[in-house]
Amino acid sequence: MSKTVPVTLNVNGVEHHLEVEPRLLLVHALRDNLGLTGTHVGCDTSNCGACTIHMDGRAVKSCTVLAVQADGVALTTIEGLASENELHPLQEAFWNDHGLQCGYCTPGMIMAAAGLLAENPNPTEDEVRHGLEGNLCRCTGYHNIVKAVLDAAKAKGAAVGAPASGQPGVTA
Amino acid sequence: MSVTVTGAIGAAVDRVEGRAKVTGQAKYAYEYRQDAVAYAAILQSTVAKGAVRTVEAASVLELPGVHAVLWHDNAPRLHEVSDGELEVLQSDRVSYRGQIIGAVIADSYETARQAERLVRIEYAQEPHDVLLRADHPKLYTPEKVNPNYPAVTEDGDFDSAFAAAEVKIDCTYETPAEHNNPMEPHATLAIWEENGVTLFDSNQGVVNVKTTVARAFGLEPDQVRVVSPHVGGGFGSKGTPRPHVILAVMAAQALGRPVKLAVTRQQMFALTGYRTPTIQRMRLGADRDGRLTAIGHEAILQSSTVREFAEQAALPSRMMYEAPHRRTTHRLARLDVPTPSWMRAPGETPGMYALESAMDELAIAGGIDPIELRVRNDPEVDPETGHRFSSRNLVACLREGAERFGWNSRDSRPGVHREGRWLIGTGVAASTYPARRQPSSARASYEPDHGYKIQIAAADIGTGARTALTQIAADALEVPVEEVEVQIGDSSFPEAFLAGGSMGNSSWGSAVVKACRELRARMAEEGSEVPLWVEVDTKAEAAAASAEPLAKHGFGAQFIEARVDVDTGEVHVPRALGVFAVGRIINPKTARSQFIGGMTMGIGMALHEESLIDLEFGDYLNHDLAGYHVPTNPDIEQLEAIWLEEDDPHVNPMGAKGIGEIGIVGTAAAVANAVHHATGIRVRDLPIRPDKLVGAVPRGNR
Repeated sequence: MSKTVPVTLNVNGVEHHLEVEPRLLLVHALRDNLGLTGTHVGCDTSNCGACTIHMDGRAVKSCTVLAVQADGVALTTIEGLASENELHPLQEAFWNDHGLQCGYCTPGMIMAAAGLLAENPNPTEDEVRHGLEGNLCRCTGYHNIVKAVLDAAKAKGAAVGAPASGQPGVTA
Repeated sequence: MSVTVTGAIGAAVDRVEGRAKVTGQAKYAYEYRQDAVAYAAILQSTVAKGAVRTVEAASVLELPGVHAVLWHDNAPRLHEVSDGELEVLQSDRVSYRGQIIGAVIADSYETARQAERLVRIEYAQEPHDVLLRADHPKLYTPEKVNPNYPAVTEDGDFDSAFAAAEVKIDCTYETPAEHNNPMEPHATLAIWEENGVTLFDSNQGVVNVKTTVARAFGLEPDQVRVVSPHVGGGFGSKGTPRPHVILAVMAAQALGRPVKLAVTRQQMFALTGYRTPTIQRMRLGADRDGRLTAIGHEAILQSSTVREFAEQAALPSRMMYEAPHRRTTHRLARLDVPTPSWMRAPGETPGMYALESAMDELAIAGGIDPIELRVRNDPEVDPETGHRFSSRNLVACLREGAERFGWNSRDSRPGVHREGRWLIGTGVAASTYPARRQPSSARASYEPDHGYKIQIAAADIGTGARTALTQIAADALEVPVEEVEVQIGDSSFPEAFLAGGSMGNSSWGSAVVKACRELRARMAEEGSEVPLWVEVDTKAEAAAASAEPLAKHGFGAQFIEARVDVDTGEVHVPRALGVFAVGRIINPKTARSQFIGGMTMGIGMALHEESLIDLEFGDYLNHDLAGYHVPTNPDIEQLEAIWLEEDDPHVNPMGAKGIGEIGIVGTAAAVANAVHHATGIRVRDLPIRPDKLVGAVPRGNR
């Protein structure tokens, strides 16, 4: 399968013009073609959420999206969440509250949490637990993850990544 | 000599690599960029027993981008391999379904996986045998159980004592195969150069990988370098190199190009280890006061035909409780299945599920409170060796937990507490894990412009080891943690034990303390104007510690509240409390996470986790995270872990027992005991699925 098609991936505000095979998954385009390896692969069946990114502000599992489907869509990965010198409140909270151990689920968990807070800036504990049920963590027992999301929600400016008007993202 | 605490040990220091992990900058094995890299995809057998007759690769090799198809006929010969699982592509034999029988190497990951599906393989299939049964004709007693314990122990006259016991239970408990499922699938990038091979690999110990690869490929150890600064969990499954590591090195060698190999989640179920299913017969006999007279623990386990792995499930019954008459046995059946291996607290996890369920049943049979039963049988000295315990605070854990959990107001009658749809019960179980250590070495250096640096071939698989070692070094150097940099995960650093058996910090920390002390002594003599370094090992200290006539174990008590839906049989765990006595806690932040993470895995074991063997095809049917259920966020509710002050100068200079595994030990029994208390139904085969409770709840209770 050597036929390729042009695709423009707008990732973290930077446009990348690529020639890709139509079968290339977005997660592999990000990791292998663009070197953005903060987005992880954990399961191949869309269960674990380690590959969660934002498409037009909505959290999606990038292992269930083809790179060609992301043509022209505004993508945000974990590498683009922080501003120049400052961590995103969720990143701060995951670090401070020890919402991570091995760190493999962490980028996806943070991106899913950012998507959750964009839709629901002040979630209850129960809403956080159910909102993140598509992201698996095998180390922490989830407790500190929930605490981090609640703490980030309290912190000013946590609700970034609100859904952009126009195209809805592909949800997975 | 113990560490003088100056403030870093015991402080809730933030994880030192936290920024790298929350920003996506922490690189895992597969993520290193390499020029001219090729991608390998694993070919797995589709029969469970037999031989590979033909591999039809010609048409696949015509696909653009495909470079090679490796199988037993054309694969390089290995030199010295002691683990049958690692004899990759060395013969035509198929020993289990999913075994590696070949690989496709291509320019891209996508092409490799596409091509892998197109290779046509013919087998000479033989009938397979994949089901463990208590009456399996192949059962035998192994010489040793993991890692090196006797398979059988007999004290006194068990049969007579059990027959004569005034109160007794005789129950069999079963646990299914369970898969470790760390979030990062195993992956290796292999790069051959003139002088040897470099691996970026996901593992629990770079030294093990280095020495195994060196032997297999006929290299000197220093011709292999293994780099693994970040590892996305392991839980035992990355403790020794798994077959894909050999395959990646072989593929890179055959192709003359760097090769990346990622094991898929589905492939992990056959290739990277799992916990054996167990069938455990427990016989406990006691007098009317609840003093144990006889303990019998007979474990039946499986292994593969390629390697003997005997999980030490009956081990905890040798040291937990006092009893004059005792028998513990292990028997194995070697089946046509993948090789089981370490999974978080091998031995203790299934063994304590059986023992602590049996203790609950004995408490009920004898009309004694389950906590009192355990207290009455708490031994003065280790029943197995007669040695004193270096510290043993099980009773204190039980008492403290009972107080906090509100145990003392518990109505012991089962099946009587109901709120709406929920039947509610509480359960308790003990936890234990040995506090061992192994020799390690470490380098400590000082440079006037760069401060202190520690290098050690240790691993942080998510445990917090890098952070804890930074704290240990800071206190040994008597400087703030900010002045110390700890580098791990590289086989070019001084050799160290792996992250396993809860021995990591104990082994590495001891070496770090020694190195830091020697560096300080050097600096006292030579000043701090010139760069200085020292390298030490702890062979003598570790040998002396092992030779000490003391029994060294951590202990804990787990309390669970379970709610069971009267109609559906669905079980919730709204409240879990773990109380642990494990020496000094190096870092309360990372430690608490280890405890509650372990307890969560224990709740998964109790309620969700089960790898189902397919009798017709011979593999694990539910081999992905859609079918193998691990706890998700909403499965966990109130979950707390606390620890008692415990001073144990015997375990290591830090006084800290390992804590990576004890959190999972006992949890499943506490859940099962709580479910029994809620419903009156004793489920003796995990997991406690709704179908085992639905319909069993008495009609009058619905």
